[in-house]
Amino acid sequence: MAVCIAVIAKENYPLYIRSVPTQGELKFHYTVHTSLDVVEEKISGVGKALADQRELYLGLLYPTEDYKVYGYVTNSKVKFVIVVDSSNTSLRDNEIRSMFRKLHNSFTDVMCNPFYNPGDPIQSKAFDSIVSTMMVQAC
Amino acid sequence: MEPHEEKPIIYTMENKPIVTCAGDQNLFTALYGSLTQQLPREPMEWRRSYGRAPKMIYLEANFVQFKEELLPKEGNKALLTFPFLHIYWTDCCDTEVYKASVKEDMQRWQAVLRLHGSVDWLIVVVESDNKKKNKTNILPRTSIVDKIRNDFCNKQSDRCVSLSDPLKESSRSQESWSSFLTKLRTLLLMSFTRNLGRFEDDMRTLREKRTEPGWSFCDYFMVQEELAFVFEMLQQFEDALVQYDELDALFTQYVLNFGAGDGANWLGSFCQPVRSWNGLLLRRPIDMEKRDLIQKGEASLLDLRSYLFSRQCTLLIFLQRPWEVTTRALELLHNCVQELRLLEVSVVSGALDCWVFLSCLEVLHRIEGCCDRSQLEANSSHTVGLWTYATEKLKCLGDLCGLVSENGPNSEDLNKTVDLLAGLGAERPETVNSPQSPYKKLKEALSSVEAFEKHYLELSHAAMEMYRAIGRLRSARLLGKSLAEFYIRKGDPQSAENFLLDSLKSYVSESWSLPLTHTRKQIAECQKQLRKMDEYLQTSALLASDTNLSDEERKHFCQEILTFASQTTEDKGQHKEARVALSMSSFTQLQELRFRPASALVHVGAVLQLELCVCSLMPVPVQVERFAASVHFTQEQPGTTAQKRAAQNPDGTVTFPAASPASASPALELCEIQEHSPSDNALNSAGVACKNMHLLMRRQDSATSLDMPNLTHNALNLDDGAQMLKASDVTLMPGNNSIVFTAPSQKPGAYTLRQLCATVGRVQLILPHLYPVVQYEVYSQEPQLSIQPLTENLLAGLPQQVKFTILTGHYAVKKGDALQLSNTDSMPVLHSNTCSARILSSSAELLGESALSIQSSEKVTSISLPVTPPYHTLEFLLDVLCHIPSSPARMESERLTNGQISHRSRTRFNSGMALIDQKVSVDCPWSIYSTLVSLTFHVPFKVKHSLLSAGRRKFIQVCLQNVSDTNFRLTNQTLTENQHTPSLELLSLNTKTHSVVFSHQCVFSVWELRWSGAAPVSLHCEFSATFAPADAPDAALKPYRYDFTLEHVTTLYSVRAEIRPPAGEQHCRTGALCRLEVSLTRLTEPNDTERSDEEFSDTDGLRTTRLMYEVIDNNSNWAVCGKSSGVVSMPVAAMATHKVHMEIMPLFAGHLPFPNIRVFKYLPHHASPIIQPDTDSCLENDSLSLLDKTLEDQADTASLRSRSSVQSLGSGESAQPRGPMPKRQPFGPGQVFSGTQGRQVLVLPAADHHVMEVNVT
Repeated sequence: MAVCIAVIAKENYPLYIRSVPTQGELKFHYTVHTSLDVVEEKISGVGKALADQRELYLGLLYPTEDYKVYGYVTNSKVKFVIVVDSSNTSLRDNEIRSMFRKLHNSFTDVMCNPFYNPGDPIQSKAFDSIVSTMMVQAC
Repeated sequence: MEPHEEKPIIYTMENKPIVTCAGDQNLFTALYGSLTQQLPREPMEWRRSYGRAPKMIYLEANFVQFKEELLPKEGNKALLTFPFLHIYWTDCCDTEVYKASVKEDMQRWQAVLRLHGSVDWLIVVVESDNKKKNKTNILPRTSIVDKIRNDFCNKQSDRCVSLSDPLKESSRSQESWSSFLTKLRTLLLMSFTRNLGRFEDDMRTLREKRTEPGWSFCDYFMVQEELAFVFEMLQQFEDALVQYDELDALFTQYVLNFGAGDGANWLGSFCQPVRSWNGLLLRRPIDMEKRDLIQKGEASLLDLRSYLFSRQCTLLIFLQRPWEVTTRALELLHNCVQELRLLEVSVVSGALDCWVFLSCLEVLHRIEGCCDRSQLEANSSHTVGLWTYATEKLKCLGDLCGLVSENGPNSEDLNKTVDLLAGLGAERPETVNSPQSPYKKLKEALSSVEAFEKHYLELSHAAMEMYRAIGRLRSARLLGKSLAEFYIRKGDPQSAENFLLDSLKSYVSESWSLPLTHTRKQIAECQKQLRKMDEYLQTSALLASDTNLSDEERKHFCQEILTFASQTTEDKGQHKEARVALSMSSFTQLQELRFRPASALVHVGAVLQLELCVCSLMPVPVQVERFAASVHFTQEQPGTTAQKRAAQNPDGTVTFPAASPASASPALELCEIQEHSPSDNALNSAGVACKNMHLLMRRQDSATSLDMPNLTHNALNLDDGAQMLKASDVTLMPGNNSIVFTAPSQKPGAYTLRQLCATVGRVQLILPHLYPVVQYEVYSQEPQLSIQPLTENLLAGLPQQVKFTILTGHYAVKKGDALQLSNTDSMPVLHSNTCSARILSSSAELLGESALSIQSSEKVTSISLPVTPPYHTLEFLLDVLCHIPSSPARMESERLTNGQISHRSRTRFNSGMALIDQKVSVDCPWSIYSTLVSLTFHVPFKVKHSLLSAGRRKFIQVCLQNVSDTNFRLTNQTLTENQHTPSLELLSLNTKTHSVVFSHQCVFSVWELRWSGAAPVSLHCEFSATFAPADAPDAALKPYRYDFTLEHVTTLYSVRAEIRPPAGEQHCRTGALCRLEVSLTRLTEPNDTERSDEEFSDTDGLRTTRLMYEVIDNNSNWAVCGKSSGVVSMPVAAMATHKVHMEIMPLFAGHLPFPNIRVFKYLPHHASPIIQPDTDSCLENDSLSLLDKTLEDQADTASLRSRSSVQSLGSGESAQPRGPMPKRQPFGPGQVFSGTQGRQVLVLPAADHHVMEVNVT
């Protein structure tokens, strides 16, 4: 499962970022922030087919020795980033996709909340619990 | 011909499918050249099994002499050495020879093939004309080809082809070649399909056995690689790559299964400790050393992976996909590291770093070798990952070997270095001569601190450059950050700071707080080392307010500032420079500003307080010596203030916006604008304006958004405005604090808060701009006096209350100040003792009441005012009474002794009500000029009088109409005669003395006028009554007077008339002429006063006067026949009577009123022009002229009528044009009494209508 899940606003500031407590939070912040480079590159990717543009899943952004960083972008250009441990080989592309879909659904619920002000950090408990289900349980 | 006895060197580019040749070797040798040349010339379609897509393939072959050893033995799976086709060559054309030797040889050949199960063979018969000519005994019917086909190809006739004259350049030979080649290609492909299919089946069978014990991956690897080799040999690189990828995937799966606890025995050999880490080797197509290791089952995991990757790399480069190589390489390197970890292979620390580093560089070298520079630059996004990885790994190695520390490596580090270098082994022969080989680089980098730094910087910069080139700024900055960390460890904070400040930009502009804090902490460290105090303090301030840090850290940084602030400067002369200005925004956050009073609008000198609510972000209380806000003063300009102060809420608070993420676009800020005209404060225009349009409309540029300026240290200039709001010795506690300022309000105008500055020792915290704009206003006002009625209309004649309002403005009402009202007779001021004044503050709060003392002298009424402070309101009520002038139409003016018109009442008429404008002149203590105040009173009544006569008796009727909206009680209506003529009596005929006159209703009163003796010529009467509002007590009754004059009261003449029916008739009938008998009787003797009025003439000693009479019937009831008017001479004597007879004809039946009979004075032409008496009203004049007109009309009608009627009479003299016209003059209203008024006569309808109608019309 994921070690870090982040939601990043259209303007590239974090709306929500959570990582497993066992590892350095700071490191994930740096990793996720750097991955925005690739996200931007993929979003603005030239020569993209029309069908590709409807595809929200951006795939593997950024492999490192220890982590794999996957990206997803909503139609309103809110980015989701999931960081997965490289040693976790049981996760296939499909699982990552479904994680993103789940995340997107939950995010939509957050946005539908009339008391949520778009652009504010996400503090929804429901969203938090959805994220928890996707995170690696802390040992 | 190549000898193939020894094991073939597998060097795939040179490999071709093997085709054996048996039979006539000399023949084949002759054809060999053209055969090898022509075979690959045309492609063939290769249809393949398992649904794989058919491919066009160019075939080549390696033709070798047939030997039995070439045929594979049972179980030999080698494909590369497998002969795919066997050809038997013969040029035999002689049946005898064929039968004797060739057939036998062929049979032997066939037997060998059959023995080895090979079915892929071909017999080629070369026909030559030369040979045929020599041999004459050929059978013409059956050729040798047919024979061979008979003998060998019982079912497959295509296994024997003939090639005619192959060495000649003829069309026949061409045709023969091409069909032969097609056949050859087809058979080759058939063989490929068959043999490869069989091989693949075997291979699959082998793979299915992988769960069985004793199965070896290495063996299987060799088998599948064989297939890959064949595909490569056939130049099917894609297929070859698939084989390797399958092997890769299979191996990966095994490793993963192993990780999951499902270990295979054979995997044990890969788990041996890593002893060699000399990186990938991509310069050879096939690394035979590693292949051998694999074959022997001695390869380590790294060996296998390296070999596999080198093969994949070779194929990918054949396929011209170098960028896939880089991607795969990165994946492989990451994967290997993971796999070694997963398999728990023991590795010397740093060994993997070496391996990865070398491999990265090797891949990059390999790519550089096959691409040109421009291609590389265009695709740096593919290579940059490897560069970064290599950089990271070199850094790890540097850390490990102690090459980064300031002191250089110690002995332990050196030992490690030696161990690592040992694992590299000797340099490979391929790269020995290249000076920039990865091997040499690594060795050099590990050799010394300086060399390491050189290589590390070189790599870092290369990677950063690439990141920048492809726009991955964040990645570049992250690299820069690790470079900065390197510099910090090397003791070079200057370089480190630059890189850190650069990386900080991203985090600031995109609000990533955690990296921001971390980077800022590093920057603070650098700045402290560099002794950049200003910047260090600024960074410390930011860190002290950073909630991401622990309390201890925040306190530490806060303490740093406070310590600096409390340091006394050693050098007194440089006191100014020693002050450090910091941005206040990092210390505190402005939350709210509250004005007291809320309007933020005060008069000069008033107290205005500003309460500033700030949230201190510091973790400890901070003692601020002085908290000042500089104020910008502008002269007030009316009309502009509403716009500027839009940010201020009605309750007098200004809320400062909370700091939002820097990159988020600011919210739309709208405000309402109202423009008032300066003169009368009326609304000119209203609109909505966007206040922060400059921010919203800014170009959104992603590139610049990351490069936003970090902090504006230098913009912190404190401008020393003259005006300041100050608060001293404030302690800012952590959290919300409230600071109260007292604002200066000496001069009228607008005050705008510009900057905030807090002084803490040597440190000044400055907020250069306040947003939104905070403003307050100070105004100055002249004293004003206004007098206003309490009710809608002031009524004259009754006491009315008016309200005096004094706005003191800047004037303070002192003791003894008084208002001086000039008295007028028409409007006295009524004052009572209970009069009191209310004092209100500027915010309309009641402060107190005090009694007014009012003193009246003859000319002025003096009202002494209570002591009132400036900018207060003084209110009191006063009763005034406006007398109603008794003769309303007269204008009355009074002049003061100094000639100035001080007050004046003017009467106007407006919608039925008489208005009286009263001007009051007031002398105010604050001004040398008098204030003129105008009050308008309404007269509630309108009165008309009329004289009524009944023979000699006279009556006076007065009609009083209430024109106001109030109901009044009216009492004591009396009529008096002013001259007090004796014997004159006015007898009231009114029954009621009290009456209520409702709004817009009338009351009539009648008096009979009686006198004895001589009748009065004129009467001056006065109607008087008292009135009060209907609900008021009797005491409130006020008098009302009305003066009028009556002239010519006496009745001079009485007019009587009779209408008699024609003789013999009882009644008048329509259409029948009746007699009208008019008698005029003089009733009185003329007296002296009338003498001038009447024209008398003396004839025959008898005084006569001439009267003109006239009979008019306006209702067309009567037709006057003959003369309708005439002049008579009346003797001026009492009871003189003159009778006139006329004939009139009733036109209708019924009770008809008498026709009008009027009498005028007749003035002959010689009389002087008549001056109309003044007393005649316009109305009377009008009716006179009207009469004139009707007279003339009648003259016309009379003349008209004269034509039809029997009697022709000359019309009146008036009709004839003569020089001076005689005039007629009416009598006064009471002078002629008409006795016919109201009389009627019965007229019966005529007996014969027709006749009458004819007569009339």
